[in-house]
Amino acid sequence: MASHLFCGRVNLNILREAARKDLREFLDKCSGSKAIVWDEYLTGPFGLIAQYSLLKEHEVEKMFTLKAGRIPSAAVKNIVFFVRPRLELMDIIAENVASEDKLQPRDVHILFVPRRSLLCEQRLKEKGVLNSFTNIDEYILDLIPYDGDLLSMESESSFRECYLENDQTSLYHAAKGLMNLQALYGTIPQIFGKGECARHVANMMLRMKREFAGSQTQILPVFDTLLLLDRNVDLLTPLATQLTYEGLIDEIFGITNGYVKLPPEKFAQKKQGEGGKELPTEPKKLQLNSAEELYAEIRDKNFNAVGAALSKKAKIISAAFEERHNAKTVGEIKQFVSQLPHMQAARSSLANHTSIAELIKDITTSEDFFDSLTVEQEFMTGVDTDKVSTYIEDCIAQKDPLIKILRLVCMQSVCNNGLKQKVLDYYKKEILQTYGYKHILTLKNLEKVGLLKPQSTMRNNYPTIRKTLKLWMEDANEQNPNDISYVYSGYAPLSVRLTQVLARPGWRSIEEVLKMLPGPHFEERQQVPTGLHKKRQPGENRTTLVFFLGGVTYAEIAALRFLSNMEDSGTEYIIAATKLINGTSWIKSLMDSPEENLP
Amino acid sequence: MTRAKPEDDEYWNSSKFKAFTFDDEDDEFSQLKESKRAVNSILVDDDDEDEEDVERVSWSGEPVGSISWSVKETASSIRSGSEQSFPKIDTTPSLSKQGSGYSLSSLFKGNLHDLSPEETVRRMQKGRAFSLEKFCSLQDKLLLLDEAVAVYDGNVITAVLIFLKKSLSKEILFRELMARDVALRHYVHYLKEMGEQKLVVELLKALGRTEDMALMHYKEHLNIKDESRRRDFLKSCLSLPFSQDDATHVQDHYTLLERQIIIEASDKKAVAEIFKKFPRKASILNMPIITTLYYSCFYHYGESEGTFSSPSNIRKTFRISEKQYILTALGARAKLKSWFDVDSLFNTKNWLGYTKKRSPIGFHRVVDILHKNSAPVQVLQEYVNLIDDPDLKLSGALKYKCHDIVINTYRDLKDRQQLIVYREKLERDSPEYRKIQELLNNVQIRWKN
Repeated sequence: MASHLFCGRVNLNILREAARKDLREFLDKCSGSKAIVWDEYLTGPFGLIAQYSLLKEHEVEKMFTLKAGRIPSAAVKNIVFFVRPRLELMDIIAENVASEDKLQPRDVHILFVPRRSLLCEQRLKEKGVLNSFTNIDEYILDLIPYDGDLLSMESESSFRECYLENDQTSLYHAAKGLMNLQALYGTIPQIFGKGECARHVANMMLRMKREFAGSQTQILPVFDTLLLLDRNVDLLTPLATQLTYEGLIDEIFGITNGYVKLPPEKFAQKKQGEGGKELPTEPKKLQLNSAEELYAEIRDKNFNAVGAALSKKAKIISAAFEERHNAKTVGEIKQFVSQLPHMQAARSSLANHTSIAELIKDITTSEDFFDSLTVEQEFMTGVDTDKVSTYIEDCIAQKDPLIKILRLVCMQSVCNNGLKQKVLDYYKKEILQTYGYKHILTLKNLEKVGLLKPQSTMRNNYPTIRKTLKLWMEDANEQNPNDISYVYSGYAPLSVRLTQVLARPGWRSIEEVLKMLPGPHFEERQQVPTGLHKKRQPGENRTTLVFFLGGVTYAEIAALRFLSNMEDSGTEYIIAATKLINGTSWIKSLMDSPEENLP
Repeated sequence: MTRAKPEDDEYWNSSKFKAFTFDDEDDEFSQLKESKRAVNSILVDDDDEDEEDVERVSWSGEPVGSISWSVKETASSIRSGSEQSFPKIDTTPSLSKQGSGYSLSSLFKGNLHDLSPEETVRRMQKGRAFSLEKFCSLQDKLLLLDEAVAVYDGNVITAVLIFLKKSLSKEILFRELMARDVALRHYVHYLKEMGEQKLVVELLKALGRTEDMALMHYKEHLNIKDESRRRDFLKSCLSLPFSQDDATHVQDHYTLLERQIIIEASDKKAVAEIFKKFPRKASILNMPIITTLYYSCFYHYGESEGTFSSPSNIRKTFRISEKQYILTALGARAKLKSWFDVDSLFNTKNWLGYTKKRSPIGFHRVVDILHKNSAPVQVLQEYVNLIDDPDLKLSGALKYKCHDIVINTYRDLKDRQQLIVYREKLERDSPEYRKIQELLNNVQIRWKN
């Protein structure tokens, strides 16, 4: 079931197994039959850890979604709430518990994910239900194994909390998660970081390590280096439209907890002799991870190289099916039949991705997509970033979605190290007049996190950063890439360039640029118990864990995978993030009243 | 790709950077098609469901047995029965059970009196019983707070802050928090979570963060549904210490809602012809100003500037740029097919009294908007003719089939070949066809090809 976790350099299934073990232990604490009441948000992340079958083995007989009112009736001994520590959820739980049947008492438990909260417990106490709980516990789900080389905290609002509301709770969880990771995979000897939040996480880790000084893990370190990166060191990358296959799926349809929902029309199965079946109306939901061979192969390609890859695959599969005509002896036929399941899975996978590619192609070939991309690329190369863009002006006049406008305006601001006051005022006025004055709040938020700002007296240093880090490559090769810039067809994500330079030749070579980017950069070393020092074989790659505080995009992940696979890179990367984001979900998380963003 | 912008190619060829190109497009598209074909042609006598190592997937795509799927399944099967039972009034006291050692009830009841701040914080972190009561003096309390901050655990910090909030005066707490940035942030966050807006506002004020305070207060309007109450609330925001820009925006927001309430009240019962012909689909309340202007240009065009609902009054009150005004009015009048109004939008008289067409937006965009509102060819033609840029003009004429303009342009370019090509696209013996025929037969013209 979790085959996708084995295939990376580091066996992340160990982490998943540890999480499953904790879950089993908790479930066994509430002995007897039980019903789980889910905070709906958690079902996605939990799906990455366990299937229903595991819960069933531990006497979970019913599952409900947390809702106001009464819990639906169920003849079970225990009611278990799986919830995030949120006050509004406590109110619902209190209502649920208060309306329990007093004549047939059941044991009630709460499992807080990822941490219990005194604040929430106080709320339960105020509502007079705190004493009704047999068990209040926490389930530490900080870093969730998402794929063979990818961990996510699935913490939706982490960027907003850290950079806008100055709430560093998610950083505490990140540090805790890293400690947990080190308990399983050994101490990470070297820590690098850039940014305020990175510094903060490193400080917490070092302190936590001092506190547990007695309980050193006796595990050979799996990771050589940890790199902590603040999202606000690189505000530009998530604003750009991702051009890898997986990136575009996320930009257009949105990937949640490893699943994507797609318009169903293209996926109607045409089976022989079953013509005229009605088209399904429910969206088609697909799981996307490296367990699917074809997907693992194409997801990180530039979209322009996906068509060729699919067609190549189609030929291989066709040829494999043709083999059946050559099977003559019983043995040969048996052999063919034994391969059938694999071949059929490959065929349906190919069918799905061909359909998805067609859906994406419809969009990437549209004039609108082309125009918007042109403007993005102009900004990233520094063309006309100091003037009002007529394209943005036209988009506002046509009442295009506000998030699209904000993405572009912020990008222009970032690429110009702030907008001229006159230009900024003009955009603001147009946005407020067209989309509503209430967006004053959103614009203010964008200013606070630095996505939108007036130009200070300081010189625009973006061109220097761009040139030094080679953020723009003239002839990005989309088909057979030789540089990470292929993921944005020319733009090399700043965050990944920093990672690349750190591995070789080292950050000392870019001191000047590092100073231009926000927050401190630092290096720490952690003592590894003697005897656990890794003796590297000649030619053996180093393993670096890159942790994005505030979120990472699929295109950045693709770029890091590209570096891992480069012949002489010498480093392989495992990626961790507070959340997988794209420009739209990111800007949305910074808006006030985003649900009404369309006039 | 049918992008009739010849300058594009030149732009891309000459500019230094490269767009996300689709130059091998036909090739690639056919590849996709090919793979689709291949997929469909492969034998389909399978019965996936029986294969054991293929994960079973329900139509929505979730593997059968995944958690969210099971929630739906198990919940829906019993939902119906539960609604029928009578609600029971809670008369018995709730069954008191053995709470966990880490419950908040132990927070203010002390039985663990001799612990240091370090030890107390550690116990809180680990979920053991603890007591905060023995921290009586201000100094002890602050030591406790500093220790909580030092371990970074937001949960513990908040718990200590709750204790301080209950046991210290507001003034002293505020004063001490000002010197403790991390604790202060947690406190603000806590107050927001608890919905203690008033206290947050007070705190921000004490901190001198008056602008944040003003915005925070303003944000409250989003929670007010009733429009009169919302208007009054916005009015009360006007005196808050916003930045200069924001003060103007908030003022506009208030004025707009006030206006909308007046317009809405009178239009709801309006009997004018236009309201019968085009019944209003939604209320104008809380719509952005540009939408309101559009509405006004649609239903209240031509009203004198004195009335609140007239376009000219709205334009002036909200300082709407000429460009935005023309765009909006054009959209509204074109929707109503009032070509005369459209015409007069662009008329300007020079000092000799001649009228001349002038537009703050390019005429090619005017043409696009007119076309979107299905303007007849005669109207389109007039505006295509006004496009300055000859290339844009030609591509517009081609796109919207303004034959005369196309023909005249090719004639002026002395481009015989293009005329011949264009002739083939026309109906034989149509006036345009004949016009080209005449031109081609005209021996006076010196063709370039």
